[in-house]
Amino acid sequence: MHAILTTIFERLAMAVLTLLIVSVLIFSSVALLPGDFAKAVLGQSATPATVIAFEQQIGLDRPATERYFDWLAGAVRGDFGNSFASRPGAERRVVDIIGPRLRNTLTLAGLTAAIAIPLAISLGLLAALWRNSWYDRIINAATLTTISVPEFFVAYVLILLLAVKFPVFRSLSTVRPNMGMVETVENLALPVLTLTLVIIAHMMRMTRAAIIGVLGSPYVEMAKLKGVSPLKIVLRHALPNALAPIASVVAFNLAYLIVGAVIIEVVFVYPGIGQALVDAVRTRDVPVVQACALLFALTYIFLNLIADLIAIGTNPRLMHPR
Amino acid sequence: MKILSEHPATNLKRSSKTIAVILRRATPSAWFGAAIIFLYVLVAIFASHIAPYGETEVVSSVPYGPWTQQTFLGTDQLGRDVFSRLIFGARNTIGISLAATMITFVVGVSLGITAAVLGGSVDMVVSRIVDAIMALPQLVVILVMLSVVGSSVFNLIILIGIAGATNVFRLARSVSLNVTVMDYVEDARMRGESLVWIVFREVLPNILPTLVAEFGMRFCFVVLTISALSFLGLGIQPPTADWGAMVRESATLISYGDVTPLLPAAAIAVLAIGVNFVVDWFLHCASGLRDDH
Repeated sequence: MHAILTTIFERLAMAVLTLLIVSVLIFSSVALLPGDFAKAVLGQSATPATVIAFEQQIGLDRPATERYFDWLAGAVRGDFGNSFASRPGAERRVVDIIGPRLRNTLTLAGLTAAIAIPLAISLGLLAALWRNSWYDRIINAATLTTISVPEFFVAYVLILLLAVKFPVFRSLSTVRPNMGMVETVENLALPVLTLTLVIIAHMMRMTRAAIIGVLGSPYVEMAKLKGVSPLKIVLRHALPNALAPIASVVAFNLAYLIVGAVIIEVVFVYPGIGQALVDAVRTRDVPVVQACALLFALTYIFLNLIADLIAIGTNPRLMHPR
Repeated sequence: MKILSEHPATNLKRSSKTIAVILRRATPSAWFGAAIIFLYVLVAIFASHIAPYGETEVVSSVPYGPWTQQTFLGTDQLGRDVFSRLIFGARNTIGISLAATMITFVVGVSLGITAAVLGGSVDMVVSRIVDAIMALPQLVVILVMLSVVGSSVFNLIILIGIAGATNVFRLARSVSLNVTVMDYVEDARMRGESLVWIVFREVLPNILPTLVAEFGMRFCFVVLTISALSFLGLGIQPPTADWGAMVRESATLISYGDVTPLLPAAAIAVLAIGVNFVVDWFLHCASGLRDDH
């Protein structure tokens, strides 16, 4: 038991360290700001006085290390400071901008994950069971196609088919508080379907590859000789040993869900964090961009950590290191 | 020395045999992919000769004009010919993507091999930095940098090039690690060859097949990234024709059941599928040939 705790602690420390380095990278992007940045944000009509005032407001007159630690300390407490869009008297806090949107994005990603992950894994298991059949070949071709097709193409094809030609769902995913169950499903169906189609192929393919990799081992041969049915071999003997690679590809795709949602949210005009990021980049609202980037990094690192821990948990050789 | 002098001859023989084997194994999908790439390149190169109208030429006073004899696929929101803009879009998208992919490879491969050859603290520092950048999703890295420097074609090429270089760095480094332990690399070190020589003359030729396949995949990825950015309005700026931007500009038409927004999106998809088919076949061949030895 002691050995596992040490390993978990090690991974946790690594994750925190990576997050720290990432935060330095994100923060230093501001230090690289070109000189005319204030002008770009304030517009051409900015007087030298307003430029200086703006630079003071965002703290460019203080040393970079001091600003970094201020920013980091704030971020840990969930306070990312003020958006560049705030003026004296009309404060706009970064948290207020991204807070509600984060919840929307998590709803979208959570729904998609709940549908896509079980579906992808079971389809992948079937592909491994029926390898080299027509079913397997279709899945292979579908994978190659979906990784090549831009997300917005899938989204617009679905809109054309399911919202315009056959008006089953809505092409705009607005969110209001206290929406009924039916309305929520109607509004979110298309973005969820698009995201599912975008991420499912990769997970399916990797599940198949991981299972087939294990099927080559002698103990599976042994099970086969004992007369265990193919389905049982895949479920009882191959799957537990293939969980680690599957977990890592699922983590990768979940992280992609949060990020890939950027485009999907724009297509469906869904008020999520991806749209906030795009708007902030367009108006060059650096504090919002930094906060979004840090949140994305946090998700990404956290999901990878979970996948890592699952890999350790399902592998007895890693559980009991000699 | 005898072995050394014999080497080029056998090498030549083997490479001609290899090409014959590769061509024999070309699958229909690979031919299909190659044909697509060839067609796109032709269109990109001769864009100004093929297109009936200019890239930014306003040919109709009707915005979102219908499909007619003169304007084959209708007109866009400013009355420009959609068909001509699709053709010019091929040139812009492919040109910019190629440039960004080149940068990705020049930076990623030279840093990757150098890190592998030098090892030690240089390797550690560069690898740590790359790990940290890769802890952020690539689209986010590019968006953060764009918010600082602003969007222009030059900035796009450099930013996408550098963001992609992290993946190539990892690949080049891990593949070269297997090569740097070879005797001939040690031999070159003993001879006192410079770092540049070891990187480009000893290691690079031996990891080239892996890198060629990666180049295809990176190119696809860059095309998709640039189109995504342009679609978000953060990539190639108007009036330059770009497929992603064209989808964005005509997006509202979709709610009237018009397929025009799907055309540029399909152009991107077909190109990416073509490249992926060829890469898939190339990887298959590369692994198959290894079995032959």
